[in-house]
Amino acid sequence: MSAVTEVLQQVVEGVGSGAVYASLALALVLIHRFTGIVNFAQGELAMISTYVAWQLVASGMPFWLALPVTLAVSFAGGMLIERLVIRPVQAAPELTTVIVTVGLFIFVNAMAGLIWSFTVKDFPQQFPDGGIDLAGVRVDWSTLGIIAVVAVVMGLLYLLFQHTSIGLMMRAVACNPASARLSGIRVGRVLMLGWGLAATVGAVSGVLVAPVLFLEPNMMGGVLIYAFAAATLGGFDSPVGAVVGGLLVGVAETLAGAYVDVIGADLKVGVPLVIILAVLLVRPQGLFGRAAVERA
Amino acid sequence: MSMNVATLGTDRARRLRAALTALLAVAAVVGAPFYFAPFQVFQLTMVLLYAVALAGLNLLVGFGGQISLGHGAFFAAGAYTAAVMLDRYDTGHLATLPVAAAGCFLLGLGFGVPALRLRGLYLALVTLSFAVFLPPLLKRLEPVTGGSMGLTVDKLQPPAWSGLAEDQWMYFVVLAVATVALLLARNLLRSRVGRALLAVRDNESAAEVMGVRLSLHKTLAFAWSAMFAGVAGCVYTWVIGFVSPDSFSFVLSITLLAGLVVGGLASLYGPLLGAAFVMYVPSVAQDISEAAPGVVFGLLIIAVMFVAPTGLAGLAGRVRGVITPLLTRTKPSAAVRTPESEPPSAPPAPAETAPADAEPVGAPPRTEKE
Repeated sequence: MSAVTEVLQQVVEGVGSGAVYASLALALVLIHRFTGIVNFAQGELAMISTYVAWQLVASGMPFWLALPVTLAVSFAGGMLIERLVIRPVQAAPELTTVIVTVGLFIFVNAMAGLIWSFTVKDFPQQFPDGGIDLAGVRVDWSTLGIIAVVAVVMGLLYLLFQHTSIGLMMRAVACNPASARLSGIRVGRVLMLGWGLAATVGAVSGVLVAPVLFLEPNMMGGVLIYAFAAATLGGFDSPVGAVVGGLLVGVAETLAGAYVDVIGADLKVGVPLVIILAVLLVRPQGLFGRAAVERA
Repeated sequence: MSMNVATLGTDRARRLRAALTALLAVAAVVGAPFYFAPFQVFQLTMVLLYAVALAGLNLLVGFGGQISLGHGAFFAAGAYTAAVMLDRYDTGHLATLPVAAAGCFLLGLGFGVPALRLRGLYLALVTLSFAVFLPPLLKRLEPVTGGSMGLTVDKLQPPAWSGLAEDQWMYFVVLAVATVALLLARNLLRSRVGRALLAVRDNESAAEVMGVRLSLHKTLAFAWSAMFAGVAGCVYTWVIGFVSPDSFSFVLSITLLAGLVVGGLASLYGPLLGAAFVMYVPSVAQDISEAAPGVVFGLLIIAVMFVAPTGLAGLAGRVRGVITPLLTRTKPSAAVRTPESEPPSAPPAPAETAPADAEPVGAPPRTEKE
């Protein structure tokens, strides 16, 4: 195997994990665009959705039926959380909203432990073993599958936002809630919808990553950090940025782990920290974000 | 319980009562290690220790309005500073304290520089990723830190002249450190720096217009608060005598923030209540299930943010407002409520948090929210 194919191999694997980060980052960005909140519990919501899927499969439901059920449950759960937990503090200072989502993080994490215990569960891999060979670079079906799923999710979101009336309303709310309300849009419902969508997209990332990481309540902790880095890199208000950022973070993480001896496999989690710091110092709005210009 | 001061309203009586309350509190604090069993004394020591860290976090979050989800990392840095110094260089315990304090101050300064460019949100992200990154880093630096096995060092030993047992001596040392730290935090807030900090929290632009240098004060707040966490970590090493990367996972950071929020943001004795909470709730709830502490913490954080943004400390104040006129008794002694202030024989001391928790059901006044 030549050096070039070896690098390419690493890049392919990076893209695979990057796609998962991208979908969680997408969920973060969705919520941030609609509500200006960074949801620290996003990873935990994805984790508990994954448990729902696991429970359904374990009780005998075929996976491809369990998946849409899980997504529907996640959607409803996300809407409910917006209404019950977030809405009351929507107008509060950022400190309050961050603390509330951290509280949600702790609560959801512990609830998962309470219901399903902290022992690691095996999550069934849906994609077939093996893969294809592209000019010496081996691409697993699972990697391809993950990329395909994330691409489909992206495409659906694009269609929803750009080509439906609901999407138009959602964009209006994200752009200017006050004007949107004045033109007759039920802003509250749109926000619920936004949270529901985000929870669904997050659930996809959880289900995708579970076969690799194994299912346990702390599964998404690390993924969340990568997703934060991805969203920061892409810009917290840009869905496209979240996906590009996710892929870049995934590739950077894999390459750094493989080729930088100091980092190695164990310190890879330092990569997102470095990325976040670098982005914030050099280009705080991220690659695709718009710089916020505020009149104080 | 004791004195029935009929002339409640007069100044003299009030001053007398305050003095007596203070005396009682001091007696309780000093007497506690002689009254309780060693394990309970150890728990009280840990409460004091966490209170130091929370007081620091309070400077940043409560008074500075910035968010750190990574204070466990500074706590760990302090703990490891002490452990490495004791392990490799065999310095005395006391020598580790200034080094840990200064080191964490500088570390905080280093993180404060990007922090001042960041909105609160991004600071939370950066500190959280730092907290997640630290344990693997500690494992990697094995030659110095002992890797995942951690380091075992000597605990603080009582000098022969004191005639105290180990737990009692530790309690008094930590009590001294905590007293100094809490007084320092209090005085800091009443100084120019503290007022600048409050101004920045309440309205950045206005503060800047008034001549407060934002960058300087935000960075300093972060550094001070990291220093407090580092001191707490250093003392932790003295008390526990063992550090390992797994003791300082990011759960610690989140627990600290949770404790502070529940105890009371921007309150002077909120950190003490929060520390008691951090210490006792997990140990009680753990009996129910491994996950129970998290459930309680998570629910309480959200509930506190919804209904009582001032936390237990604020509740205590409100409850006092309602109760005092009703009882015309020395209820304030309960409101001062340093967590270890259960006097050795005091009857009205049913678990420190319980009264504050239970009372507000019947306590309507929600007016004085902030």
